[in-house]
Amino acid sequence: MSEDLEFAFALVLSGASIGLMYSLIALGFVLVYKATDAINFAQGEFVMLAGLIVVTALGFEAPLIAAVVVVVLAMIGFSFGLEKVVLRPLLGRPVVAVIMATIGVAAVLRGWGPLIFGIETRNLPLPIGDEPIAIGPASLPPIQVVGAAVALLFFVVFNWFFKKSRMGVAMRAVADNQQVAQAMGINVERYFALAWAMAGIVSALGGVVWGSMLGVDVQLALVGLKVFPVVILGGLDSIGGALVGGLIIGIVESLAAGYLDPYVGGGTKDFAPYVLMILVLMVRPYGIFGRRQIERV
Amino acid sequence: MFHRESGVFKTSYGADMALYPLPIAKWTVVILALIFVVIVPLTVHEYYLSILNLIFIAIVGALGLNILVGYTGQISIGHGAFMSVGAYTAANLAVKLGLPFWLTLPAGGLMAALIGVIVGMPSLRIKGLYLAIATLAGQLIIEWTINHVPAISGGAQASIEVGRPNLFGFTFNTQGRLYFFLLFFAVVAIVATLNLVRSRIGRAFVAVRDQDIAAEIIGINIYRYKLLAFAISSFYAGVCGVLYTYYFGIANYEQFQLIVSIDYLAMIIIGGLGSVLGTIFGAIFVTLLPIVIRIFMENVGSLFFTTAEMANVISGLRLGVFGGLIIFFLIVEPEGLNRLWRNIRSYFRVWPFSY
Repeated sequence: MSEDLEFAFALVLSGASIGLMYSLIALGFVLVYKATDAINFAQGEFVMLAGLIVVTALGFEAPLIAAVVVVVLAMIGFSFGLEKVVLRPLLGRPVVAVIMATIGVAAVLRGWGPLIFGIETRNLPLPIGDEPIAIGPASLPPIQVVGAAVALLFFVVFNWFFKKSRMGVAMRAVADNQQVAQAMGINVERYFALAWAMAGIVSALGGVVWGSMLGVDVQLALVGLKVFPVVILGGLDSIGGALVGGLIIGIVESLAAGYLDPYVGGGTKDFAPYVLMILVLMVRPYGIFGRRQIERV
Repeated sequence: MFHRESGVFKTSYGADMALYPLPIAKWTVVILALIFVVIVPLTVHEYYLSILNLIFIAIVGALGLNILVGYTGQISIGHGAFMSVGAYTAANLAVKLGLPFWLTLPAGGLMAALIGVIVGMPSLRIKGLYLAIATLAGQLIIEWTINHVPAISGGAQASIEVGRPNLFGFTFNTQGRLYFFLLFFAVVAIVATLNLVRSRIGRAFVAVRDQDIAAEIIGINIYRYKLLAFAISSFYAGVCGVLYTYYFGIANYEQFQLIVSIDYLAMIIIGGLGSVLGTIFGAIFVTLLPIVIRIFMENVGSLFFTTAEMANVISGLRLGVFGGLIIFFLIVEPEGLNRLWRNIRSYFRVWPFSY
């Protein structure tokens, strides 16, 4: 393989693994939107909160497994409570109100999180070593491989859950038409809570992998901003879309950083995804796999 | 504002839309003007004047955002970026071409309006959630561009120093002088908004917000009015950014980050969506809150925290309290402080015979 091709391959590979980690977080967003029609602008802050809880648990000398269990339980509890306290009273209110409320939640988490769990940046060591893993002519840091694996695992699990399990089918029914689902004897409120709890689980794992990669502090919440290009591209209510959108955004970002950065002096990574997103919004706002039904004037 | 009517006897639409519901209202305005133009600058200490100055700037920006969110029902998470567009336009014109403020100020506003319309374009096809995300992208892209194009940002630390505003040889270089400078623009913004929202345009905005399909059927060109709302709103934001620039003497992108957009959203939610008076309350509230938190923490918090930790604690608290207030008002009192004010007023209007 020539030099150029190897470079491109390395960029695509790294982009794809990062992209899978983006889709992991985006999954939390999609799960909530699909089931409850609520938009979670605090997804990044969920991830940050999970990261903070993990490092705090590790700080108390807890083994990693215990810390992960703690964070999953804590995030389930948190998102469950959030749905009850904040989102439930806003049912039936304009979508703008829900957006602003989750922005408020984001501000609360960003403000109180570091106050409660500590301000300084902390490392979240995973027992996976630092030796890059060679894949073909390129290599990846192990954390990216683990992150990508976790993301893929979740997609398999959720795919099975929505296709085969009784609860998953009920949840799809709720997402499709709340009134009819209710008439069929499905407890809609319970499934709303369940959707948020699942988003909590996803965010907990997202917090572990992203926290381990970037270090845990308030800045971790900025990962959440990448969720929007991913879900817009993939389609807001499509789980497969989150996967594909994440891959595309990750690869675009990595290629932009590799090929454009030398010319503009860096930072295209934080720029290219949003430009792509604006283009998608103009041309195909429902995304690649989203339901074609979009509220228009 | 503070007067009491004995009853509401309006018999025409004109009377209902009038700025002064009763002749006595004119006197309230005169008294308010006296207080703010004569009494306050003579009696109030410089430090408190500087707080008032910040409130005046915030009022301009918040009014703009309220025209868009409160009256037209569109959402924007990109107003911080629109302010930065105005600020950098004015700073560049003032420094590179040496233009006076009465040219850079409208120029900054117009530039922000142009960018605002471009960012608002997606609102023609999409709304609600999608528009929120599009304006968020606008914020991030504008922030990135300013940061990465030295021609705009002036190179080092992406900040440009600007001289104090100067009118016919008179320089507004103290808090006391800036007070009049900023008071003027705040009053212009308030009066312009009051008149805008009761004009044909303002009523069209409200129609688009309340029921867009019905609005289109009665002959309102929705696309035009949505873009107009974006233009007017970001014009206000641009002017607000220019005022910040002149007030601090420096244009710096750090003053206009995503967090600022959220601050301004907090102002209009806490104050009251779709209300001019509420916007003013919100601007006062949100400007005072961090100051109150700081004073509180400096007195009480110093028992628990070291000075080094204090800055982080204060900024965290500020954000946390803001978020909490946004949620609280959205759930408990969606009409904000304005509603509380109206309740108090209507209580006293019939007092002491409340039945």
